[in-house]
Amino acid sequence: MKRIERTNDFVVRFANVNGSGSASANNLFAKVIYRLGVPVSPKNVFPSNIQGLPTWYEVRLSEKGYLGRRGGADFIIAVNGQTLRDDYDMVQPGGYFLYDSTRELPPDFTRTDITVIDIPLTRLCNEEFTDNRMRQLMKNIIYIGALAYLLDIGLEPVSDSVRKQFAKKPKLADPNIRALEIGYGYAEKNHNGRCGLKVEPTDAVGDRVLIDGNSATALGALYGGATVVGWYPITPSTSVVEAFERYANRYRVDPETGQKRYAAVQAEDELAAIGIAIGAGWNGARSFTATSGPGISLMSEFLGLAYFTEIPLVVINVQRSGPSTGMPTRTQQADLLACAYASHGDTRNVLLFPSDPHECFEMTADSFDLAERLQTPIIIMSDLDIGMNDHLSQPFSWDDSRSYDRGKVLSGEDLDRIEKKWGRYLDVDKDGICYRTLPGAHPEKGAYTTRGTSHTEYAAYTEASSAYERGMRRLLNKWETARCMVPLPEFTIRTEEKKIGALYFGSTTAAAVEALDRLQENGTLINSMRIKAFPFQHEVFSFISEHDIVFAIEQNRDSQMQILLAGECQVAPGKLIPVTNFNGLPITARMITNQIHTTLLAREKPFIAPASAAQEARS
Amino acid sequence: MSYNKPTFRHPEAQTNKLGYTRKAYEGGISTLCAGCGHDSIVSAIINAFFEMSIEPHQVVKLSGIGCSSKTPAYFLSRSHGFNSVHGRMPSIATGANMANKNLVYLGVSGDGDTASIGIGQFAHVLRRNLNMIYVVMNNGCYGLTKGQDSATADKGSKTRKGDPVSFESIDLCEMAIQLGADFVARGFSGDKKQLVPMLKAAISHKGLAFVDVISPCVTFNNAPTSTKSYTWVRDHMEATATFDFIPLRQEITTDYGHGCNIPVTLHDGSVINLCKREDKEILADKKEAMAALEKAKSNDQILTGILYLNPDGEDYHAINNTTDTPLNSLDKADLCPGNDVLQALNESLR
Repeated sequence: MKRIERTNDFVVRFANVNGSGSASANNLFAKVIYRLGVPVSPKNVFPSNIQGLPTWYEVRLSEKGYLGRRGGADFIIAVNGQTLRDDYDMVQPGGYFLYDSTRELPPDFTRTDITVIDIPLTRLCNEEFTDNRMRQLMKNIIYIGALAYLLDIGLEPVSDSVRKQFAKKPKLADPNIRALEIGYGYAEKNHNGRCGLKVEPTDAVGDRVLIDGNSATALGALYGGATVVGWYPITPSTSVVEAFERYANRYRVDPETGQKRYAAVQAEDELAAIGIAIGAGWNGARSFTATSGPGISLMSEFLGLAYFTEIPLVVINVQRSGPSTGMPTRTQQADLLACAYASHGDTRNVLLFPSDPHECFEMTADSFDLAERLQTPIIIMSDLDIGMNDHLSQPFSWDDSRSYDRGKVLSGEDLDRIEKKWGRYLDVDKDGICYRTLPGAHPEKGAYTTRGTSHTEYAAYTEASSAYERGMRRLLNKWETARCMVPLPEFTIRTEEKKIGALYFGSTTAAAVEALDRLQENGTLINSMRIKAFPFQHEVFSFISEHDIVFAIEQNRDSQMQILLAGECQVAPGKLIPVTNFNGLPITARMITNQIHTTLLAREKPFIAPASAAQEARS
Repeated sequence: MSYNKPTFRHPEAQTNKLGYTRKAYEGGISTLCAGCGHDSIVSAIINAFFEMSIEPHQVVKLSGIGCSSKTPAYFLSRSHGFNSVHGRMPSIATGANMANKNLVYLGVSGDGDTASIGIGQFAHVLRRNLNMIYVVMNNGCYGLTKGQDSATADKGSKTRKGDPVSFESIDLCEMAIQLGADFVARGFSGDKKQLVPMLKAAISHKGLAFVDVISPCVTFNNAPTSTKSYTWVRDHMEATATFDFIPLRQEITTDYGHGCNIPVTLHDGSVINLCKREDKEILADKKEAMAALEKAKSNDQILTGILYLNPDGEDYHAINNTTDTPLNSLDKADLCPGNDVLQALNESLR
């Protein structure tokens, strides 16, 4: 057997039962790797359940800094009896399988191509701890201790992290450290030299931080000046609002009076959640809601109202696998079409596509300026992978000289100064954006009725076709203004010979970059474009038209970005080639290279039938 | 279309404390059917705000969809209005109120808008005790779609076509009491003498003031056999107690007119004077209020007046402990913790 022997470049997968306290132990492991300077990307694969079902935590270490999901696992820590067989079968040939040997492995576990590492976790734990809760929790810490030995991490970095975690409650640190020592000691005594995977301290992390996208989004909302949030709990967006409230409680509460400079209203459903955000945006507060696919469906009617009446608000869509309830705890990028044109009638909404927590922060903060400038909903298209997993991310920074762009809002004094008759929907500046007023601004001027029915430039109800058409055309003019204001795509030009291109967005980025690097190593040079926003700019159209073929890499079944591009950019048929993954787990570089490779091979040698893409989706 | 009224007014028209005539509280000409109960309610709303000398631009009008939801166009043209989507006025009102707690929020809805499509939002805005006046113009039918039964149409009551209503009706006042509104009243569009002071009290109340106004639909639901018709309501109306509303700072004389002498002080210092002592106790008791409503119903009566009142409840902002400055007036200095905090946060993530 050829053992896998690698340093700072492998995947460790923990197989646990959810609700058993494994999450904090596994997080601890990722944090230790991060603190040793090794780029790390943990992915939590969890069930839609609170206790008792299988959950996995996959940690990829990559000194080169590839942070997408790799696929496969080199080392599996199997502490869930329900999935023992699957976990055993999943270990890469040459890899390692650590299990709780308090119970023996069944006799049919006969693989000879992997190294089995037996540690009696339960027995060791029960010998040391008497309290039932402790016995459950510390079992997890014992295997972390064993890993510290097996992966050559050493006890110190791990116990340092434990002490840091419990800095405020040092008493809680003691049993954890004891459990670490037990695991470490057992592995040292019984499994000396059994593992060929090593962690070596390095400085490949730089100044990056480790944070989940939802927390970063919440920080963006806090810094962007959001004061009102209407929300309804839905996985995977709930932690956006929870984090917002946590930060707001810290930074937006008067220490003397306890008065809050924000209002977070937990609504009765998603309809009310967005209604609250719309009401607040209409009345001049920066407001948002956070939701996921089913919520977007419910919010669609209101999105149309906000579009047509021109009310600023921010919607955070942390996408999950659809349709319907779908796989609520799995990721996908499958709400593009639902969001871009959400609501009946000719409605279009501005979308932003963050690719990591740093961009979640920046784009969310910016989106409040954009919403007020454009007087329309801005939808942040995050997803479960970005939102709920920790990511290595550029540190956050804020320019203190920056001020909020509150857009075209007329004050009472402004209304007094204006000589011509003011009209809420009068396109004075010819950019499609009109001047709005807020309730209470002026005793006599500037009042109007906002209505979802057709209205004139002066906000009066009308059924005149000409006035309706003028309004709808002006909204298109505003759409053109939006096109100039949203972030441009990011290009990576690997060759001036513009034959093959690839485009991707959001959480697909890390895996796509890795895949294109690998293809380059094998001599296939592919230029790439990362789309950051909808509406698409001229630059997006040019990139597509300049290349012979463009792979559209995305995480949904129907190639929704491709459909959107085809509709918006008049793309020639056959030009965009789908590369997709929709199995609910984050896309891997391997899936992308396989699909691109297969397509290119088929184009060169058309007589070879391309392998089914579905096969690749399994890895 | 909304039409504007002629601007001419009698030069010596009565003015209120702000120096405004009633005109400052009017809106466009109604496009509802002649004789519609809603128009009388509109008139009562105009009177209430005019007589209380509230700056029109300090009022926000909100509505959903339906005949009733069109009416904000017919009053307070100097106020901002929001004619939202069907049944969703309460959430828009919640958001608007979160943004600026210092304005007066008047929600206008109908029985279809509130008791059917919007019943969820209605229930939860009550629970939240949002500081607003919530008026339902209740005619027991869908007027704008030509007279279908609504959920408040009483079971057995005969509509225009002569068919009795098959399903149990929803009593919005009972719901409101049960779900936490601190001010619950029922009026009749044909009784302005009661409705105007009722609205004034609702405006003064801090927290959610729910006012259900039976408002006959002359076109689709005014057959004498309908319990929402003018005839039926006039014949079966039973007022809980005649009352006077005395706004804040108005001198209270010893003569309360028709013998009203039991004062209940509202949050802003205004006083409602009730006629009978037992009413004061009854008013603050949810169970009694519900029982009175049920009893009247079983006697084929419609109970009107203030049905339940708790003047000491906390509204959403009090519960939330929202800062005194309206949230929409806070600027970057109040909201953004700045780069130093962010750098410390970065450090805590390492």
